[in-house]
Amino acid sequence: MNVTVKLFSVARDLAGFSEQLVDLGRNSRAGAVLDYLSEHHPEFAGWRSSIRIAVNQEYVSYDHALHEGDEVAVIPPVSGG
Amino acid sequence: MLTKVTTPESGGIDVFVGTTRNHSGGRNVTLLEYEAYEPMAIRVMEQIVTAARDTWPLQKVVLVHRLGNVPVGEASVVVAVSSAHRKEAFAACRFLIDTLKKEVPIWKREHFADGTVEWSGQRNPEIERHINDRQLKIGN
Repeated sequence: MNVTVKLFSVARDLAGFSEQLVDLGRNSRAGAVLDYLSEHHPEFAGWRSSIRIAVNQEYVSYDHALHEGDEVAVIPPVSGG
Repeated sequence: MLTKVTTPESGGIDVFVGTTRNHSGGRNVTLLEYEAYEPMAIRVMEQIVTAARDTWPLQKVVLVHRLGNVPVGEASVVVAVSSAHRKEAFAACRFLIDTLKKEVPIWKREHFADGTVEWSGQRNPEIERHINDRQLKIGN
């Protein structure tokens, strides 16, 4: 299934892109995005405890089921304010 | 900001202003650089305001966050709340800024006096080294 992956701050710096259409295969869960990123950058694997994921601009659990066309954002620890 | 939140029914207005501090973790800071996942940041800020309104009787609420470069001494974020009585204004204002800092998808890069630039809160040496290595390669 194709989703748009959006990366921010240090995740973007690490992976080297800010937005990409990615095919995550069938019946994927939100956490699959980190698996995909870990394939090229193993450092992402160590981040599972601190990175949040948002689908269509709402925070979701790693188990959240994805749908075709979802916008999946990788949200490193925020630091606004 | 004050005119935006003043209403005839308000007895108290609480305003919080976050400014760029000149030090962080014992190092001198020259400016903070903010970026956001903008549509989601707006959405989360609206959700936070709704949560505040569900908890306290409030008149007006304003949340503003600046993006881009914010030099030392300048304001990056303003939270303003008005209510009939000051108790709710104080409580809501604190809740709004505390929750904004935990939930809103905004990130800051700290620019230090020695020329280094780091994402705030990202003291992960392994990741920093990897990013620095790649930047050196691109520089060549």
